[in-house]
Amino acid sequence: MTSRFSEVTTGPPIEVFALNKAFLDDTNPNKVNLGVGAYRTDDCKPWVLPVVRKTEQAMANNEALNHEYLPVLGLDPFSTAATRMLLGKDNKAIAEGRAFGIQTLSGTGSLRMAAEFLGRILKYKTFYYSVPTWENHHLIFVSAGFTEPKTYRYWKAETRGLDLDGMLEDLRNAPENSVIILHSCAHNPTGVDPTPDQWKQIADVVQEKKLFPLFDCAYQGFASGDLEKDAFAIRYFVERGFELVGCQSFAKNFGLYNERAGNLTVVVNETKVVAPSKSQLTLLVRGMYSNPPNHGASVVSTVLNTPELYEEWKGCIKTMADRIISMRQGLRERLEKLGTPGTWEHITNQIGMFSYTGLNQKHVETLVNEYHIYLLKSGRINMCGLTSKNIDYVANAIFETVSKVGLDSSL
Amino acid sequence: MFISWWSQVEMGPPDAILGVTEAFKKDTNPKKINLGVGAYRDDNGKPFVLPSVLKAEEQMRAKKLDHEYGPIGGTAEFCKHSITLALGDSNEHVANGLNSTVQGISGTGALRIGGAFLQKFFPGNKTVYLPTPSWGNHTPIFKHSGLDVKQYRYYDPKTCGFDFQGALQDIAKIPEKSVILLHACAHNPTGVDPKPEQWAEISKVIKDKQLFPFFDMAYQGFASGDVSKDAAAVRLFLKDGHQIALAQSFAKNMGLYGERAGAFSLITSSKDDADRTLSQLKIIIRPMYSNPPVHGARIVSEILGDANLKSIWLKDVKEMAERIISMRTMLRDNLAKEGSSRNWQHITDQIGMFCFTGMNPAQVEQLTSKYSVYLTKDGRISIAGVTSQNVGYLAHAMHQVTK
Repeated sequence: MTSRFSEVTTGPPIEVFALNKAFLDDTNPNKVNLGVGAYRTDDCKPWVLPVVRKTEQAMANNEALNHEYLPVLGLDPFSTAATRMLLGKDNKAIAEGRAFGIQTLSGTGSLRMAAEFLGRILKYKTFYYSVPTWENHHLIFVSAGFTEPKTYRYWKAETRGLDLDGMLEDLRNAPENSVIILHSCAHNPTGVDPTPDQWKQIADVVQEKKLFPLFDCAYQGFASGDLEKDAFAIRYFVERGFELVGCQSFAKNFGLYNERAGNLTVVVNETKVVAPSKSQLTLLVRGMYSNPPNHGASVVSTVLNTPELYEEWKGCIKTMADRIISMRQGLRERLEKLGTPGTWEHITNQIGMFSYTGLNQKHVETLVNEYHIYLLKSGRINMCGLTSKNIDYVANAIFETVSKVGLDSSL
Repeated sequence: MFISWWSQVEMGPPDAILGVTEAFKKDTNPKKINLGVGAYRDDNGKPFVLPSVLKAEEQMRAKKLDHEYGPIGGTAEFCKHSITLALGDSNEHVANGLNSTVQGISGTGALRIGGAFLQKFFPGNKTVYLPTPSWGNHTPIFKHSGLDVKQYRYYDPKTCGFDFQGALQDIAKIPEKSVILLHACAHNPTGVDPKPEQWAEISKVIKDKQLFPFFDMAYQGFASGDVSKDAAAVRLFLKDGHQIALAQSFAKNMGLYGERAGAFSLITSSKDDADRTLSQLKIIIRPMYSNPPVHGARIVSEILGDANLKSIWLKDVKEMAERIISMRTMLRDNLAKEGSSRNWQHITDQIGMFCFTGMNPAQVEQLTSKYSVYLTKDGRISIAGVTSQNVGYLAHAMHQVTK
């Protein structure tokens, strides 16, 4: 029998998931997964934060809890705490009633809701994303109806750092009302963040050209280990009076990847636009999934709103951030000690879970095929995949590969 | 002077159903009854966490599961259990890999994924025909997906029953190769379902017109108390050779409302079709929310994958359905006792959580303002809000406003 869907072609696989599958299927005992972005302990195991486990247990024992529908915009204490965590408890916008949050389906859901609102309600058509950026940004905005995708320069291969001049030039050429996707901290995939002074220059251009700043906040706390420090950029922009949104994920900093806990923080200039904006967001949510999932948000809400648990959680993020920083130091030391061709200070200059190593496709192919070390074709590695047990193997493999294959201009 | 990007944003229309609940909360009358939003309540008017769900959660906790990212389309386990529940154990479609199934954010999410998929890939007429009336959210879901929305006759206000002839006539007029949405059981908001022989005729007309059936099954088990009986229409269509789309929700039948467990499936004609369409469904999901929330889906898998838990669940869902059915009977009996001469047969003819009482907006307004009984303007009541303690008062109030 013929089918209506016979013309449907197979969609292209998504690289990071395909890579993960290849890793899982690999039987080589030395295999290392430097691909997908999730935290791993020094034993290379997933880590359910003790404070999360504890909170889930308490929730299970609380007979007053049930599985009833959350409001369309989600659990209010969750959003209030999440927005406060992002903007700071003494933030002026919050005090003046100009900042609000709505619960979303983790970071992706937050970006999508922001894009739907900006695209369908404010009717913005143009969005800018960094080169490179998280591979899902483009599709999210296009799916939400944006018709003009544009890029701004970001990664400078020669310095393995920020191409600030290129970025500012591209933003200066952006049409008014362009939505600019900025990574709040721990840029994915490069790990390269602007300095405070560079953020100031970026803000100047955004203001001058009347662009709309959208912050992707997937790693607050996870980058430096300090929640306040990691929120510098977005708080600076709020301080300067920008209207903006912050798309928050609790996947990494709470280790709640599959529970999809996220928040969309919105900062506006007039309190009177808050109610209409919320009502429009309500309609968008209702037409997509009605109301958000309860479990993850309840865990986060309980922790953020309970002082002892909040302190314990801050300790957990510091643990994760510190381990990543020590792996960065360890990798750089070993690469330099081995005399690996090229320079490697970018490994410790960069921040967060990811590093754009500067390795090219040939290097990557060799690492995957000959050493069973899995990383993305872009040369992105997840620092969490490194442990005290495999860091020597990985450093050696990179040394041998780069020596054998040779350098290109990016190294 | 530039003040705000957002000053042109208009206030959206308030949600009718939520508005009812909000007004109910503000009412201080001790006799007040909330017959608005559709969530099951026990005979004390309290939310009900199913014993099978509690047990499943206990078993899950012992496994000390992590919170790592799951697959884009949900776990294979969850997907298999969901579609198997819908189509029946050892059904040939699942056995032959003909289904492409993904987890959705409960029923709404499943419908939206389906809508987005059809908008992108449906080779026919990208218009969804909805019964009149339908769940209020169907229209925005499909419109936001980029599809056109039209209607076919369904509910007959004169009989408070099914307008079978009207439906057949309208369906026969639908342009070929359009999408037709069907409520698998316990039609929302009317509670009016076609009889088996009527479903058979509907199936035939749909086949003749080459329409694409999209089933919304939000109440499997919750309607009659029997999961197979409630899935009869879906199974009949497959037997008749239709290739269908199916949205399932575990909100009501497992009481997992806020955990957002649902599934979207295409039942295709080949494994190759299933594989290709599945890859495209994932591409639709990724820019929406990357991968679905796992907690509720894990509970569903735990229950459906464990023979003991499943049998407890089947009892739980039967208990909920039976309470609803008994409240229907009590309401009708009490109306008779009040001396009402109106025909209230539809209260027990209709099935599921909702009942289209046939009361008009003026009567509804009186019910609310005089008696603190809260329901939607269309006269729809949620039977889940009826208890043995309040059914007498409710019947009295209904009689007063309709006599």
